[in-house]
Amino acid sequence: MSYFRAENLSLHFGGLKAVDAVSFAVEKGEILSIIGPNGAGKSSIFNLISRIYRPTSGRIFFEDQDITEEPPYDIAKLGIARTFQNIELFENATVLSNLLVGRHRHSTTQLWQELLFLPSVRANEKVHRRRVEQVIEFLDLEPYRDKLISGLPYGVRKVIELARALCSEPKLILLDEPSSGLNVEETDDMSFWIRDMKSELGVTVLMVEHDMSLVNRVSDRVIALNYGRVLAMGSPAEVQQHPDVVAAYLGA
Amino acid sequence: MRFLFKTDYEDDIKLFPHSGYLVSYGILLVLLLIAPYVLSSYLMSQLVFVCIYAIVGVALLILTGFTGQASLGHAAFLAIGAYTAAYLQKYNVPFPVYFLAAGGLTGIIGAMVGFPALRLTGIYLVIATISFALIVEEILARWESVTHGNEGMRVKTLSLLGVTVPRDSPTFYFLCLSVLVLTIVGTLNLLRSPTGRAFVAIRDSETAARSMGVNVALYKVKSFAISAAITGFAGVLFAHKLSFISPEMFTLQLSIEFIIVILIGGTFSLHGAVLGAIFIVMIDPFLTYLKDDMPGMIAGIAATFGAGPATAGNIQSKVAAFASLNGLKGAIYGIIIVLFVLFEPLGLYGRWLKIKLFFQLFPLYKRATFKRQKIYVKSERNR
Repeated sequence: MSYFRAENLSLHFGGLKAVDAVSFAVEKGEILSIIGPNGAGKSSIFNLISRIYRPTSGRIFFEDQDITEEPPYDIAKLGIARTFQNIELFENATVLSNLLVGRHRHSTTQLWQELLFLPSVRANEKVHRRRVEQVIEFLDLEPYRDKLISGLPYGVRKVIELARALCSEPKLILLDEPSSGLNVEETDDMSFWIRDMKSELGVTVLMVEHDMSLVNRVSDRVIALNYGRVLAMGSPAEVQQHPDVVAAYLGA
Repeated sequence: MRFLFKTDYEDDIKLFPHSGYLVSYGILLVLLLIAPYVLSSYLMSQLVFVCIYAIVGVALLILTGFTGQASLGHAAFLAIGAYTAAYLQKYNVPFPVYFLAAGGLTGIIGAMVGFPALRLTGIYLVIATISFALIVEEILARWESVTHGNEGMRVKTLSLLGVTVPRDSPTFYFLCLSVLVLTIVGTLNLLRSPTGRAFVAIRDSETAARSMGVNVALYKVKSFAISAAITGFAGVLFAHKLSFISPEMFTLQLSIEFIIVILIGGTFSLHGAVLGAIFIVMIDPFLTYLKDDMPGMIAGIAATFGAGPATAGNIQSKVAAFASLNGLKGAIYGIIIVLFVLFEPLGLYGRWLKIKLFFQLFPLYKRATFKRQKIYVKSERNR
């Protein structure tokens, strides 16, 4: 049994088949990249997994549990975190409180306890704060702790989004184009972090990416999509040489 | 300039980041405690209203400022609190019981308003809350067996633990002040714990909040319930302060006044609610003063510029007629809102922060420090 599995996943908008009977599996501890031209349905698959969209048909399994009907907020509770292609941070809050929202799935305190800020709440807050600090250290975000997101440059925001996802201590992390808008050095950092996430934190990574050099460096396996269908699946080298993939990109 | 060196995670949690806060809030508290023995009874009455408006302001800040759900229906919540108190008082229910009952009932009704609000955003939510307020106003006028309709209800003098507390006594002021302080402390506690952060997350990006495990629907309802309950508590104090309540006190204009409180005070900090409350309570006597004295003043100015007594008298009566026009107050409120939104979107508290920073950084202050960046909203397409 696979760790994470999508079976015949489909998403139709009227006659448009954004995702068309896609099946794939992610093994525990691997880095799987999804590539494909624009509009191939890569981000739609992510939105199906995190339940922003409801699949037209098909099922999603995580740790042998059917999560197709779970409400979106429970997906995070199960241990699946994600980042967004165009950065969805809480703009008017500090970096620290953004990261602490990532800890939300671990919060156990009740409303009345929080109103009085009982010692249990205080103790919990310190645990959250310590975990957040570990992520800050992991991703070198020390200079930005108390800064507002709205004043930070794009590259830093991208890292903070990754940090927020990591703060929830996910088992599976969905990275939607982690290197888009980053320069060469920032992309290098990102590739190190993605590999460290796998080796040090034991997180399974599913990622959508356009930058083939990053894909080649970090991925264990690659899936190529076009028009919502799977074209090829296998090692990065295999997929890049697959005739259908070449045709999809170059239009042969 | 002061540099904060944090050496403990406690430093990120505590309410007073450094001793300076303790000193200034301590001085403020002492001033507020000696106020009843120094200030005139008129100013004391105004101060009680400031407390009540500030409580509602804090409630509205939780909902609108921090959760991002606009409401123009808070006069209705205030009315429900006030009428619950007046009704239960008829059956000799003691103050602590009907105080809590009013807050509880208003909170439940707030949660019920929150449910339909789950599917509405922005201007549609505003319209829904306005209609809620209108419905409540109408019910208060028609449900005569309970509310005595348009005749209104008399509210008996507050009796706390067997001691009567007249509405202009220092004890009543201390009661209002302590409710305000408790509300502020509770809200600050909420804001530094998971619930408060979930509220802010919902305000800034519902999609991201959801994918971080925040049950957006539940937290919106919670926010509505908390905000309504606090307003209900304020309603009880309001009823006691006025000693008489009737439906025409809880109109749309009152809801707009509450919005003015937070817009003018500043929507990003609890300081805003208090500053806005001071503003709105103090502008009323100021407007009355203008209304009474302006015609004479303008006529006097006209006279010094050589207008004859007949012309001056004519001008005086024209200005007086204009000043007593119906709806002029509403128009002035409207102008104030527009001016603040255009020129000081961060409100009075934002202005205070700018002035403070100017002196802290002197002469290095940059005018663009508080400039809002254009926020490109992305998740709208997923709605």
